[in-house]
Amino acid sequence: MEAAAGGKRAYSIIVPTYNERLNIALIVYLIFKHLPDVNFEIIIVDDGSPDGTQDIVKQLQQVYSEDRVLLRARPRKLGLGTAYLHGLKHASGEFVIIMDADLSHHPKYLPNFISLEECVFFNRVLSLTRKQKETGADVVTGTRYVKNGGVHGWNLMRKLTSRGANVLAQTLLQPGASDLTGSFRLYKRDVLEDLISSCVSKGYVFQMEMIVRATRKGYHIEEVPITFVDRVFGISKLGGSEIVEYLKGLVYLLLTT
Amino acid sequence: MKHIFKIVAILVAISAIWVALLETSTVPRSYTWLLPIYLVVALGCYGLFMVGFGLMFFPTCPQEAILLQQDIVEAKEFLAKKGVDMGSE
Repeated sequence: MEAAAGGKRAYSIIVPTYNERLNIALIVYLIFKHLPDVNFEIIIVDDGSPDGTQDIVKQLQQVYSEDRVLLRARPRKLGLGTAYLHGLKHASGEFVIIMDADLSHHPKYLPNFISLEECVFFNRVLSLTRKQKETGADVVTGTRYVKNGGVHGWNLMRKLTSRGANVLAQTLLQPGASDLTGSFRLYKRDVLEDLISSCVSKGYVFQMEMIVRATRKGYHIEEVPITFVDRVFGISKLGGSEIVEYLKGLVYLLLTT
Repeated sequence: MKHIFKIVAILVAISAIWVALLETSTVPRSYTWLLPIYLVVALGCYGLFMVGFGLMFFPTCPQEAILLQQDIVEAKEFLAKKGVDMGSE
């Protein structure tokens, strides 16, 4: 279908949006700037933004061509997991990259995700006798909490909550990744399909469930340091209800994985 | 195996050792009774230490915010030239 029209791409970048009129333009520009020699497509899943996000995307299609910038809108807000599924249906790439549209995920790290994937892929070709699971990265996940990574724009309270949540999860869950709630990730296509179909959580607990289930299923996970500049336009919040959601998610994962 | 079972298994193993210590009285009983409290305190200390350590060395990147602002200016300039409506937020 869509895939046939634009030819097959190596990487499909899925960006869910809701009222990201300005940010989506900036992020598309930055993706093209930082991946000049990569065969990729950007799939924007817009949940019926009233601010004209889709108009901007159509203008971007004029600049970058409709084969590279795909608009796959949905009528209204329908949740993150289904947004990825929706984007996946229209993705032609063997690998799928997922990132936020709010510029907290900078496209300059995309080459690191891709080179890590390719490096691991090359290793797999060299060692054909070994099982794929032992040599190939199925998930490459961006992590803020390591050397060369980092966060900007968080106050002490936010840092404290984040550290507490992280220590709790690492101790109880042994999740196999240092940054559980981040959502800047590269998946092999079939791995992403498998993970989405087995995850039920909403919001950012969904990201946590994805990576924990990936670990439990024995998928090979690699990490890339990323920096995270909290959203420039618009507000980001972390209130009491998010903490309760997080704890519920933790208990849910303890009981089911 | 569900992860909760692993945690329960560890707790059961620890309790078994504790009960065995109580029964055999290799150490004075008054000491043995206090062991669970020590364990809780030790866990709490571990948690506090990990959180405190993480906070002290929390990786931050103020320079990235500046770089991002430069990228935004550059992107806006390019896109406006190409006829993309970059007017209001």
